[in-house]
Parts: sequence; structure tokens; C-alpha cells
Amino acid sequence: MNTELSGILVSFTITLLIAIPLGKYLAKMFAGEKVWTDFMKPIESGIYKLSGINPNQPMNWKQFLKGMITLNSLWLIYGFFMLMYQDKLPLNPDGNPGMSADLAFNSIVSFVANTNLQHYSGETGATYLIQHFVLMFLQFTSAATGIACAVAVFKALHDKTTTDVGNFWVYLVRAITRLLLPLSVVIALILAFNGTPASYAGKDQFISMQGDTVNVSRGPAAQFIAIKHLGTNGGGWFGANSAHPLENPNYITNITEIVSQMIIPIAMVLAFGYFIRRKKLGWVIFGVMTLGMFMLMIPTISSELGGNPAIAKMGISQTTGAMEGKEVRIGPMATAYWSTLTTIVSTGSVNGMHDSTMPLTGLWQMLGMMINSFYGGCGVGVLNYLIYLIIAVFISGLMVGRTPEFLGHKVEAREVKIAALVTLLSPFLILAGTALSSYVFTNHGAADWAVKPSAWLNNPGYHGFSEMLYENTSSNANNGSGFEGLGDNNIFWNVSTGLIILLGRFLPIVGPVAIAGLLGQKKFIPESAGTLKTDTITFGMMTLAVILVLNALSYFPALVLGPIAEHFSMLK
Amino acid sequence: MKTLIQSIRLTLVLTALLCIIYPVFISFASKLSKGKGGGETISVNGKVVGYAAIGQKFDQPKYFWSRPSAVGYNAAGSAGSNKGPSNPDYLKEVSNRIDTLLKYNPGIKRSDIPADLVTASGSGLDPDISPDAARVQVKRVAAIRKLDEQKVAALVKSHTEEPMFGPAKVNVLKLNVALDELR
Repeated sequence: MNTELSGILVSFTITLLIAIPLGKYLAKMFAGEKVWTDFMKPIESGIYKLSGINPNQPMNWKQFLKGMITLNSLWLIYGFFMLMYQDKLPLNPDGNPGMSADLAFNSIVSFVANTNLQHYSGETGATYLIQHFVLMFLQFTSAATGIACAVAVFKALHDKTTTDVGNFWVYLVRAITRLLLPLSVVIALILAFNGTPASYAGKDQFISMQGDTVNVSRGPAAQFIAIKHLGTNGGGWFGANSAHPLENPNYITNITEIVSQMIIPIAMVLAFGYFIRRKKLGWVIFGVMTLGMFMLMIPTISSELGGNPAIAKMGISQTTGAMEGKEVRIGPMATAYWSTLTTIVSTGSVNGMHDSTMPLTGLWQMLGMMINSFYGGCGVGVLNYLIYLIIAVFISGLMVGRTPEFLGHKVEAREVKIAALVTLLSPFLILAGTALSSYVFTNHGAADWAVKPSAWLNNPGYHGFSEMLYENTSSNANNGSGFEGLGDNNIFWNVSTGLIILLGRFLPIVGPVAIAGLLGQKKFIPESAGTLKTDTITFGMMTLAVILVLNALSYFPALVLGPIAEHFSMLK
Repeated sequence: MKTLIQSIRLTLVLTALLCIIYPVFISFASKLSKGKGGGETISVNGKVVGYAAIGQKFDQPKYFWSRPSAVGYNAAGSAGSNKGPSNPDYLKEVSNRIDTLLKYNPGIKRSDIPADLVTASGSGLDPDISPDAARVQVKRVAAIRKLDEQKVAALVKSHTEEPMFGPAKVNVLKLNVALDELR
């Protein structure tokens, strides 16, 4: 078998071998049952004590969200000032300057929201202190925030009738001490022993064989790259992200990084089923998501392996596939595989440049982010899927003429309204954002910003439009990857995408927690012959249909203007 | 207010754990690795000539060339070209690179040129080229160095890494270091 194909098959197999037991473990661990990591208890007690937290205090959904929002707001303010004044702070061996206010706003929002859009470049834009004390800190805590909120939903739906969704602090701390931190140590060590730098030494200099003087950016990167993937954050230590040969030195690190960004999203889906004691529901959701993944991945791989038709006309050999923006050691197939996964699980790290992929690859990448729940980000993937589930339950209820129910609780107007609002938010933010940027590009091209709107786009025509559509989609999905040709470090993009990220992060978290909190308080209705069963394959397909129809209706016109038009223009 | 104070205290405690204890531990552990946590270097006669993982510019005819780079192999930064597949300026550039290759490598056909040799990498620092990209340059390198073509081809073959998973590749720096030693 071809070594590239066997490479991705091995990646996916390892992913499942880790994710499935991890899902069972997470369900038990968050439910407070005995697990082997209980040896962390003394450390956790220490953390609670030092923080003045009572871990046994139950919380209702409003108290839970209050804790979440307070903590996240604190990080926003603290991080904003750290970024602006990074040049005045220690651990800056490369002498990087402070960030402008709009860039600091965008960057801090982006990291608090698990997005990591990065309008700066790692080598020159952030000091070691910032990379660790702000950015890496947030890569841990934003992932833990998402996981904690998902567990609150599990807890609310697990009990027959309850107001208690669990203690926010406990979920957050446990997500770190018993999941993110230990796994990050393992991943960071694998990276460090495969050639990723991990020491605090600054830039190095050497004279190349042809006599050029070359400076090499380095730094404690392995630590950062581990949690960047594990927490589905995606922000690179270096500008080129995981395409950089120090950030992703060989095929083993490539497998490590791709596996580590997949395991928690998959494990959380299975953990949902185990936690609420409806194993089958977890597996059906996993099945739908996996099917969705293959629907996006297979055409992506085939379009990249086919190579660039315009270059094929020049008569050269594209035996391995399209190579622009890709690395030889990784190859087009693993790059295409990664590009699907990083867009569906909301990581947004890249091992090849998405801007240079084929038009249809760009289409599948964007669609993955628009749907944003085929596995989805750490914790938030399940929450996004829950919204689609509620809509599917509601529509099915209408079709059979019964009051819709989910897990023994009536789904009523209030819950459906919240779900509908969250569903509509994404197309609104993405399309309004793209419309606004297109308007500014065409009508205010000379505006006096750091990058003039007329110079925003790195590519003309349909592809240029795709660059703007991609940026807005990535921001709303809290993905963080980009068609990086876009000149995005200026006040317009920093502010507009910053706001989109903020809304696209917190409303889709608050919505599902509120829905679960409201459902959990309702009287429990035991299952009867008339109950709509949500853990069947039929209902799984119903949910998939809802997902596909909603997204097709919302985004088809915009996608036609960008990638689809570019594809057909290249066939001429 | 109570929540805010708890938040501040928790942030401080977690900072100690995640931003000091964790990274410093990994940093110490990495001292045991090949590059001692700073990246693996390659030396010739005791002088560092580059990093094994980081590509460098090779455009002199006597060396095997690296791939085109959007950052000119300046390792203080990194980036791809981010050119879209249908961009006319970009296609012109690729076409020019093909012409350059044909000019410097007499006797090769267009269909011998693999895509990686005329397209920029994602990082701009790709250390590798495909085995095809090395083979297509053998004739030129051998002629300029007045070496036996078979010998150079054998050198390329011995520097071709074929891992169990993932594509085959040739590290350009290692190949050129060995080439300089070839008599």
C-alpha cells in the first residue's frame, strides 16, 4: 500500500484507540467516580484552598455561567494589557515590540475564545513571556472552559430532575489536572525528542553553505504546540504553524499532532453517552459525526491528489498532488487529511497553507467550519451538536404531531427559541461580516489603515472573495485558521473578527447550558411507546439532514461566489 | 465580588502550574534530546552550517537546489506564498521557474520536473525535496563537478529516506554536505 495512505489510516486508527477509552474515563472522572487519576486529588485540593473555592458547592445554571463569564472576562482584561506592553516585560530575548491596541484586542479575544486567529506572527509578534503566560495559559484554560460547560450540560441531562449542573471550578480544574496537563506533558516530550525546540534560548545564527547569514527563531515551543493541538486551539508558535519544520519536524510528529487534536472532541461525544447512561446515544452521535467527516474528507483528499489543473497544463509532473504551500515530508494526502480535521474540530492549526489549496478543498474546509459540529472543538463540539439535536427533535415532533421530548424532558418554546437563535447567529455573523468587508474593499479601498483595503487580498477574483469569506467563517467557528494571504493586521479586521469571535464563542456556550439547565429543572417523563427515540440510527440521520439542510440554505449562495465559481473558472 | 476574587486567585495558581512548572519541566527534559532542546544542527569541520530540520537556500548550480521559498529561507520568520491556485501572476511565476530549471538542466524534459521543485512550501523553510526532484538535478551537478553521474545518482539514492509512513524525501542540506565530500 502507498505509504501516504497507510500513514493516514494509522493516524485515524490511533485516534480511535485513544479516544474511545478516554471517553469512558472522562465520563467517570467528571461524574466523580473512582478513577486511576485520583492521585491528583491532593493537588486539586491545594488549588481549591489557595483559590478560596469550595469544591462541594452545587451550582444552578445561572451561577455556573456567572463563574464562567467572570473568569473569562478577567482573562480578557489581564491579557489585553500584557499584550500591549509585552516589550516592557521580561523574557523577550528577540526584542519584539508591544502590540497595537486593535491587534491586542483581536489576539486576546482570539485566545480566550479558543480560536487563535493570530493576526501577528509568532516569531516577531509575541515574546516568550506572552507566549507562555498569556497565550499558552489560555490554550489550557479556554479548552478547559469548553469542557467544563459541556460537562454541565451532561450533568443537567443526567439527573431526572435537578437544578444542580455541577461546580464550574471543579470541572475546570479537573479538565486541566486530569486531562489536559498530563497529556500535554506526553505530547510535548514526543515533540521535543523529535526535534522541536523546548529551551528558552533565543534566536541562533549560522552561516549557510552558500555563505548566507541566517537567523533561526527558536524558543520553548514544544510545550506550546502540545496544548495547541490537545485543546483544539491551533495557534502556532511560529508563523507558519505546523508547516514549520521545527513545529512539526517529521511524519511522527505530524501523526502525534493530528491525533492529539482529535482525541478530546471524539472522547467528549462518547463521554456524553456514558455520562447520561445512554451509551447508544453517544455512539449514534459519533456515527453521524464520523459520516460527516468522511463526506468532507474524501473529496478534499481527491481534489488535492489531483493536483492543480492549471499547472498540469504546463506539462510538469504532479505525481504526488498539488504541492504549493505544502511540505515534502508531510505530503499532499496528510495535508488534505489534516485540513479536513482541523476545520471540523475547530483547531485551526495547519500543516500546509489553506490559501493555496484547490478551490473545492477550500469549499470543504469552509463547510466544515460552518457546520462546526462534526466532533467540533473541545467540549463546544458537543454543545453545537446539541443545538442541532434540539432543532431535529422539534421538527420531528412537528412531523409526528407530538410534544417534542428530549431525554425525558419536554422541549418547549423557550428552549427552541434559544436553539433557533444560536443556529441563526452563525450565518448572520459570517455573511454580514463578509458583506461588510466586501463593501469596504470595493468602496473604501483607499482608507488609511495599516493595510489599505485595496491591498487586503493576496489573490484576485473569486479567490480573493474566498479569502474574506474564510476569515469570517473561521472567526465565527472559533477555528483560527485562515486563507493567510489576507492582509488582516489592521483595525478593520482586528475589530470585526474580534467581535465575531466573541459572539461566536460565548452565545453558543451560554445557549446550550441554558437549554440544559431549563430542561433539567422540568418534570421527568418516563419513556413510553409514544416517545420519540433519539438514540436510533433513523434519528441520527434526521439530525444529519437538519445539519445539512440548515447549512446549505445558509451558505450556498456565498460559497457559489467564492470557491465554486473559482473551480468552474479553472475548468475552462 | 466573591467570584471575581476566586477568579483572580485561581488564575494565579494555575499560572504557576501551567506557565512555570510545566514548561520548565519539559525544557529540562528536552536537554536529553539530540539537539538539547534547541534544534539539531549539522556541522562541517566543527562549524555549524545549518539546522537539519530547516531548509536553506541552495541556488548555485553546483548544489542540489531546494524548493522555492516565499521568505527566501530566512528562518527568523516563516510563511507560504498563499497564492491561490488560479492566480494568473502565480501561474506565470511557476512557468518561469520551469523555464529556469530547463535552462540549467539541459537534457531534462518538462515531464521530468516534479511539482515540489517549482512550488513554494508552506513554511518557506522546507528542508526536503522529493526523490524525483533530486534525480532531475543529478546530471547538472555531476557535469559541473566533473563527477561520475552514476556516483552522484548513488549518493542521491543513499540519501533518500523512505519511511514506513508518509512520503519519501531527500534532506537537501545533508545531501549537499555529502556532495562536497564526494571525490
